[in-house]
Amino acid sequence: MTSTNGTSVGTQRVKRGLAEMLKGGVIMDVVNAEQAKIAEDAGACAVMALERVPADIRRDGGVARMSDPEMIEGIKAAVTIPVMAKVRIGHFVEAQILEALGVDFIDESEVLTPADETHHIDKFGFTVPFVCGATNLGEALRRVSEGACMIRSKGEAGTGNIVEAVRHLRNIFGDIRKITQADNAELFQWAKTLQAPLGLVQEIAETGKFPVPIFCAGGIATPADAALAMQLGGEAVFVGSGIFKSDDPAPRAKAIVEATTHFRDANVLARVSRGLGAPMTGIAMDEINGTQRFAERGW
Amino acid sequence: MNPVVGVLALQGAFAAHAECVASLGVSVQEVRTPEQLEHVDALVMPGGESSTMSQLLLSSGLFGAIAQRIESGMPTFGTCAGMILLASEVLDGRSDQRSFGAIDISVRRNAFGRQIDSFESSIHTPFGDFHGVFIRAPRIERTGPAVEVIGRLGDEPVLVRQGNVLAASFHPELAGDARLHEYFVTTMTTARKV
Repeated sequence: MTSTNGTSVGTQRVKRGLAEMLKGGVIMDVVNAEQAKIAEDAGACAVMALERVPADIRRDGGVARMSDPEMIEGIKAAVTIPVMAKVRIGHFVEAQILEALGVDFIDESEVLTPADETHHIDKFGFTVPFVCGATNLGEALRRVSEGACMIRSKGEAGTGNIVEAVRHLRNIFGDIRKITQADNAELFQWAKTLQAPLGLVQEIAETGKFPVPIFCAGGIATPADAALAMQLGGEAVFVGSGIFKSDDPAPRAKAIVEATTHFRDANVLARVSRGLGAPMTGIAMDEINGTQRFAERGW
Repeated sequence: MNPVVGVLALQGAFAAHAECVASLGVSVQEVRTPEQLEHVDALVMPGGESSTMSQLLLSSGLFGAIAQRIESGMPTFGTCAGMILLASEVLDGRSDQRSFGAIDISVRRNAFGRQIDSFESSIHTPFGDFHGVFIRAPRIERTGPAVEVIGRLGDEPVLVRQGNVLAASFHPELAGDARLHEYFVTTMTTARKV
């Protein structure tokens, strides 16, 4: 999209650029302007505007959809940091609406009920950048091939349990490490095994890194969880239910921000982990049956 | 002796800056604490969220330490949010947002618009054109008499310098072009150490 004076908007570089700006930060789920202010005050680098946090979506059941534009606009007006919002997998009209509202990033999210069981959104068709969830490297690369400018682990949202996010980050970064050691012939096999475009697999082998930033999401409830995600290779973290489902959101939010920045400094982690009150209760994975596992949505 | 260039790594695009500096064969140190700051000869402040960085600067004890180093002449290069942190006046910031007042400019946060308005365009400077990447970029609305305008987008200042402080409203670290980092390292950092 280039204008006559040589100025371009919505390029991959500009879209991936915002993902670069969010690195080392914490993106917090908020359901109203008041929570958005608390998040910004605590040092969030962006907020995710949604009607219900994943823990409540999980509890309520039913179909979860894009949030009411009025609520998203209320949050946009309340803060100066970027505002993200979620659309259902494959629901490109919800994405068109969010772009018209001027949100800064769209999350094509498994936390909402999928609208298309075969196709994800063609994300190249939008000026606004997209983030998508992934459980492994093949899924992450398929999303990049559709135009995603940021990947996040899916984890298991709304559980306060980090185990799935750890599994997904280890899957993704473990395979990236193996690909950087592979020879050219092995790369063809990697592309087949991962069901991912060969060009992107070759790009990883050449550059030694994933084409877009990889953030961690799904189950972060404590400063230690955030630092774990960062030490495993995550470049920033999303915290959903973990903040506003805890006893005392503001100090916990601030502590998670500090832990994400100083993720290798155990002294800082010990200091900020003190006296935060109870985290969200959380759910063990064997308490969730297959149909309620969000991470299995999308492919 | 070769300089060590620090990159403020509290939040934002520090990894891209570190890569740019390293591509020049210069030593890079990520800076998250006052102790790490002691080991650097110059500092790059990346883009990101200036409100987040401002809070982390205070909680880490870096705010005072950096202010002191800038005062004593440490070469400093701020891009986007980094420029906001260096400015003497920040418009449309948060009321509790702090800045170093190291360069006499008034900067309006996110003045080029939201992400859907983010753009790439050519920037004109005395040492050639640069490819400017502007992400939710701030605008320089006023430059003081001591400020030299080095780069412009159309008529508007986007790259400015005052003494040892260099500031850009765009992102050279995202353009795959290390010329500005080279200018910062060779002209501003090395020259000072002779």
